[in-house]
Amino acid sequence: MFSGFDFNVIERSWRYLFFDGMEFTLRLTLFAMAGGVVFGTLLAMMRLSSIKPLAWIAGTYVNVLRSVPLVLVIFWFYFLVPYMGAWVVRSDTPIHVGAFASCLLTFTMFEACYYCEIMRAGIQSISRGQVSAGYAIGLNYWQTMGQIVLPQAFRNMVPILLTQTIVLFQDVSLVYVLSITDFVGAASKVAQRDGRLVEMYTFVALIYFISCFALSLLVRKLQARIAVVR
Amino acid sequence: MHYHWNWRIYWQQSPDGSGTYLHTLFVGLGWTLALALLAWAIALLLGIVVGVIRTTPLRWLERIGNAYVELFRNIPLLVQMFLWYFVMPELVPTALGDWIKQMPPPWGAFVPAVLCLGTFTSARVAEQVRAGINSLSRGQGMAGTALGLTLPQTYRYVLLPMALRIIVPPLGSEFLNIIKNSAVALTINVVELTASARAMQEYSFQVFEAFTAATVIYLLVNLVVVLLMRLIERKIAVPGLIGPSGGPAPAGH
Amino acid sequence: MKRLASLIAATVALSAFAAFSAPANAQGLTGTLKKVKESGTITIGHRVSSIPFSYYDDKQHPVGYAMDICYKIVDAVKADLKMPNLKVKLLPVTSSTRIPLMANGTIDLECGSTTNNAERKKQVDFGMTYYVVKYRFVSKKSAHMDKIDDLKGKTVVSTAGTTDINALNKLNTSRNFGMNILAANDHAEAFLMVETGRASAFLMDDILLSGLVANSKNPSEFSISSESLGLEPYSLMLRKDDPEFKKLVDDTMTKLYTSGEIMKIYDKWFMKPIPPKGINLNTPVSDALKNVFEHPTDSPDPSVYK
Repeated sequence: MFSGFDFNVIERSWRYLFFDGMEFTLRLTLFAMAGGVVFGTLLAMMRLSSIKPLAWIAGTYVNVLRSVPLVLVIFWFYFLVPYMGAWVVRSDTPIHVGAFASCLLTFTMFEACYYCEIMRAGIQSISRGQVSAGYAIGLNYWQTMGQIVLPQAFRNMVPILLTQTIVLFQDVSLVYVLSITDFVGAASKVAQRDGRLVEMYTFVALIYFISCFALSLLVRKLQARIAVVR
Repeated sequence: MHYHWNWRIYWQQSPDGSGTYLHTLFVGLGWTLALALLAWAIALLLGIVVGVIRTTPLRWLERIGNAYVELFRNIPLLVQMFLWYFVMPELVPTALGDWIKQMPPPWGAFVPAVLCLGTFTSARVAEQVRAGINSLSRGQGMAGTALGLTLPQTYRYVLLPMALRIIVPPLGSEFLNIIKNSAVALTINVVELTASARAMQEYSFQVFEAFTAATVIYLLVNLVVVLLMRLIERKIAVPGLIGPSGGPAPAGH
Repeated sequence: MKRLASLIAATVALSAFAAFSAPANAQGLTGTLKKVKESGTITIGHRVSSIPFSYYDDKQHPVGYAMDICYKIVDAVKADLKMPNLKVKLLPVTSSTRIPLMANGTIDLECGSTTNNAERKKQVDFGMTYYVVKYRFVSKKSAHMDKIDDLKGKTVVSTAGTTDINALNKLNTSRNFGMNILAANDHAEAFLMVETGRASAFLMDDILLSGLVANSKNPSEFSISSESLGLEPYSLMLRKDDPEFKKLVDDTMTKLYTSGEIMKIYDKWFMKPIPPKGINLNTPVSDALKNVFEHPTDSPDPSVYK
């Protein structure tokens, strides 16, 4: 079936594919996960807050970002972030924001909406009695959240948070639309230059499949273990 | 700031000769909806079949179903688009490959995009269908057998009618997802809504006006779908059940 | 719209989280030079398949005629700002991202294959013209297409965000060509559409077509049309309303031209084997371009180059 195809193209370019492309993809995934979980948790706390405007702002933010395609959000941020930066530092010319920083901000802000919904469910799964107990022994809101509610919510939600991270890892491929060199971007640049689309894209699909499948098996194992501990 | 806003841009003529920029955007919306609806039909059909075989007592069928779902879940949608568009026509017999590639635009890109979105979403629908069937009490299947129904008949008359009604709400959010995911088709040159906004940006240089319009249109479409879903959910809800619950959202988009 | 407003408000508020370096004081400088001085880096936008202007060699490093000219400008910036260790960042751009990225400050100088025209001049600015192209199309020899009229009723591809695709649209609207027009993301992808039979022809600047054909798997399979469709000057793109940087770019380029040094760069990319495959484009300087080298100009008006 693969006669006439030249798989050497992978051998010739693997260093570029992995050390430039995959490195960018992994770096972006990990940083965006960290940022997304932190910001997502804050959003979840805002959504569950008794202060109505806070809950409204967070709710609208999450709903709006969940209603538009990620591709469109990527375009928005790539072109808009430097203007926002200029507005923040009161500069009259747009400030320089690199491709990585811009993508990181995009994915952090976007994925935070999904992490937010997961963390919200996690927080809601903690019994109200625990919160009351926290206040009863004199802890304030931040102490109750930080020392009692969030650690448990986080632990309960670890498997779903990780599954969402696998989705994020796959989503990062969409920076291709900006011609940025992530794993897919690197592969497509080589593929188009050498006219080897079939070989390259098959290889890319295989690498994604193996890594995502292995990760999801790990998550499932973890889930089973956590279920026992609970 | 150096950005010059021009909100009247929507009523200016687009250089592609089809009319105003606003018209271009609405043509894009049309393609987005066509893409989403056709892919949704495929997704429902395949998803129900795969979801069902994953719950049958036949182990080998279940394995095939599981493999199908894993395959489509573990490869990014963008890469799947490339596989359908660039790779598939080169792997089928040459005559068929050439026929696929020479379909007049936009069909040459639209058809692979529909197939791609349809199969991608079918794996997610299959998950919902399986969960729906598994949520029914085992007694229902047994009752079917006791009545003398064959396995297919049990699914057709007992399990599926219940399961499908239960999973209407999660299917609704999958439909919202398919509308959003259809934007990925712009990478294989389907000029749907996001691509029209990008084209408007390229011709007019009014980046933010173009993307603002697309964002607003997506929000409106979303709103309409959510309202419709609410109507359908109310009509179709199983009497006697607690109804739409706010359980934890599964990971994904 | 309320939802949208809150989205924008939230994103702006949160962008404050991203660390932005506090501006140091660079006295007397304005625009790009001030920005470069303060940040210690200059960002060059480059292309990945604009052969031989700006494209990836076999090590995925951007090279080409435009890149060499750009590095001369970087040298001039280093000398002007007295910053020998100025960092140069490279960012791949496409025809559709280059103008917004220049406007929003992501790139400081674009070294690719960008047409300088009056419409774009409202958004960005350009250095001196460094090449003059004509629109032609490439098709498979087996299709026997050679004149612009042969495009009638065909599926024709061009690259999104280029002046070429505008020219195609114009043929359809003003001369009723009835073409199916496809917009590809980059030149290599557009060319592949002809190679794989998805499109009958690819309309693009002639020199880019020569580069793509020469680098293809089977160059003898393709032919480039003899009839052309208008002429355009290429130049380096820079930000608008930035006289200080514009002057530095213009002066550097003018010196490059009048000293004759440009011919060494020209020969390197157009008359000698170039990476990645060692092909030779064998394209001597056109009369129009020779004229530009003798009398440097940044005019966007095609008639100047006739």
